[in-house]
Amino acid sequence: MKTMGFADAIDDALAQAMASDSRIVVFGEDVHALRAGLFVRFGERRIRPAPISEAAFVGAAVGAAMAGLRPVVEVMMVDFIGVAIDALLNHAAKLEAFSGGKWKAPMVVRVPCGGGYGDGGQHEQSLWGWLAHIPGLAVVVPSNPADAGGLMLSAIENEGPVVYLEHKLLASNMLDFLGSGGRKTVQYDVPLEGTSGLVPEKWIPVPLGKAAVKREGKDITLVSVAVGVYRCLEAAMMLEKKGISAGVLDLRTVSPLDKETLCQAVSKSGRLLVVDEDYRDFGLSGELAAVVLEAGIPLRYNRVCTEETIPYYRELEDQVLPNTNRIMAAALKLLER
Amino acid sequence: MGIDLWSLYRQMLRSRRFEEVVIDLWEGGKISGEMHLGIGEEAVAVGVVNHLEDGDAIALDHRGTPPLVVRGVDLVLLLKEFLGSRDGLCGGMGGHMHLFSLEYLVASSGIVGSAGPVAAGFALAAQHLRPGNIAVAFFGDGAMNQGMLLESFNLAVAWKLPALFVCKDNEWAITTRSKYVTGGNLLDRAKGFGMPVLEVDGTDVEAVWNTAGQGVERARKNNGPTFLLAHCIRPEGHFLGYPLLRKSLESMKEMVGPILRSLPARKGASLGERVASLGMITSLIGRTVSEKYSKGHDPIYRVRQRLKGEKSRLDKIEKEVEKEIQQAVDIALS
Repeated sequence: MKTMGFADAIDDALAQAMASDSRIVVFGEDVHALRAGLFVRFGERRIRPAPISEAAFVGAAVGAAMAGLRPVVEVMMVDFIGVAIDALLNHAAKLEAFSGGKWKAPMVVRVPCGGGYGDGGQHEQSLWGWLAHIPGLAVVVPSNPADAGGLMLSAIENEGPVVYLEHKLLASNMLDFLGSGGRKTVQYDVPLEGTSGLVPEKWIPVPLGKAAVKREGKDITLVSVAVGVYRCLEAAMMLEKKGISAGVLDLRTVSPLDKETLCQAVSKSGRLLVVDEDYRDFGLSGELAAVVLEAGIPLRYNRVCTEETIPYYRELEDQVLPNTNRIMAAALKLLER
Repeated sequence: MGIDLWSLYRQMLRSRRFEEVVIDLWEGGKISGEMHLGIGEEAVAVGVVNHLEDGDAIALDHRGTPPLVVRGVDLVLLLKEFLGSRDGLCGGMGGHMHLFSLEYLVASSGIVGSAGPVAAGFALAAQHLRPGNIAVAFFGDGAMNQGMLLESFNLAVAWKLPALFVCKDNEWAITTRSKYVTGGNLLDRAKGFGMPVLEVDGTDVEAVWNTAGQGVERARKNNGPTFLLAHCIRPEGHFLGYPLLRKSLESMKEMVGPILRSLPARKGASLGERVASLGMITSLIGRTVSEKYSKGHDPIYRVRQRLKGEKSRLDKIEKEVEKEIQQAVDIALS
């Protein structure tokens, strides 16, 4: 084992895969600078800067994947996927079904997401629920370096399209690029355990669709992804001081969803609290409740999500994004009933 | 209406000094997230916006401060918005990339290329509701590879919309040199849509004013859209804290670390390709630094050189601008 940063772990796993499979190519805006290490090691043919043409280069990733390459295409932020959504919604996600299962597009869309550093509502969205809504797309949201590298390997090896979301509070290079800009005068609520951690010497895949139980608990189950996992762990420790046993589940992939682990955890506690940085309505949080209810498990339920456009104004932003205070209040309310 | 170089200089200086104050506030941590400046683009903003009248509309990109300052938006409201204050221009909700003024019909967006469709829509509304009014889109050369912008060129020509499309060509697309990722030339591209094109040195405010006037007049007379290519510079990099402009190796570690680790790694490209990659990154840094420190293309410096004969008049303007900006800062921070 060795210690590695979150984004470094993704790049490292990607480098390991690229060294053994020449079909893997990376392209997207500024990749020569954002992935300077890969650019130097693998050269411009395989790490290729793209014009600001998301519709074209994400669409090209679909075609390239269909014709034999294994592209890892980068979009600067998940918000900008709006420009390229047709390639994912109507092409990458539909190919397997349209071809009667005969043709698949093995591609990864690597894309930073998430807020908490004052960049405003057009640059800080999560959108994993919105993407996971589409049948045929896998959506990966890692919360720590070991998972990040292992899930990148699985994403690359997956035979269909995967959107790989990299939270900007965890990827220190992205936060430095977009949030701090080399300044020491700004501080953001970064969960340090997620930004750096132990990783294996040689990467092995972390399977898609497998949640991680971060903490066992019999009174209530907190479920989240990415930064939300750390907000949940913090809340669980505060609940423990009140004599409440709270479990924390890190979904790791939103789609495919690990329904089994979710249902197991909730059937023990009988209480589900979803903490989701993505929008509340019509999204992941409601989906988790539906999954548990469909399994016939009696459920008490609450959720802490982003309910509106994320404000630029820092103080308000911290209230709009799920935070520990809101999680505690929601948990205690759920435990009252 | 004749050109008044003194007035144009004052407006450019207001924009420059305003953004220099923004730099200090950002460095001091009072402004969060990204901060894209329009320093280097002032002559384009001033030369174009000075032709606008009440009822004209503007669609802006992520570098929208100069046109807003020139258009007359309250500096205190702008600063308060940047500072994330509830009584800022947009209630603290938008920040510098998402600035809106219903009063002046100005909208901005951080989605590259999106000024094109919005301006087309503004122009369509003008055609219906305010004949004689026009819409202007400001965007960079990086946006010229964005489909929605090119589609809006076609729309504007097909519908004969009263629009002026202003491309601020600084030869950069974020951290990528535009020429590496762009085919053909931008004037030919716009011409291909059947649109008249104009080209100008965007660091020469008089030239911009004269040239932009032709496009504005064409639109006002309902003769359709025009494409204006204005060559300018980007001395502060893509945004403040730009990694290629950091002052110490320590502060560049997010970029330098991976390079040093990868250079000798087994498996991968040939030594020649690795050296070529390193060379490209080095040349990007070199270009960025030289743009920051070369004065010859600074639009403010250029116009000031022409006016410096009348030193007392210059002094007066500079003192007045200084006072205005300082007052705005004092109020915004109080």
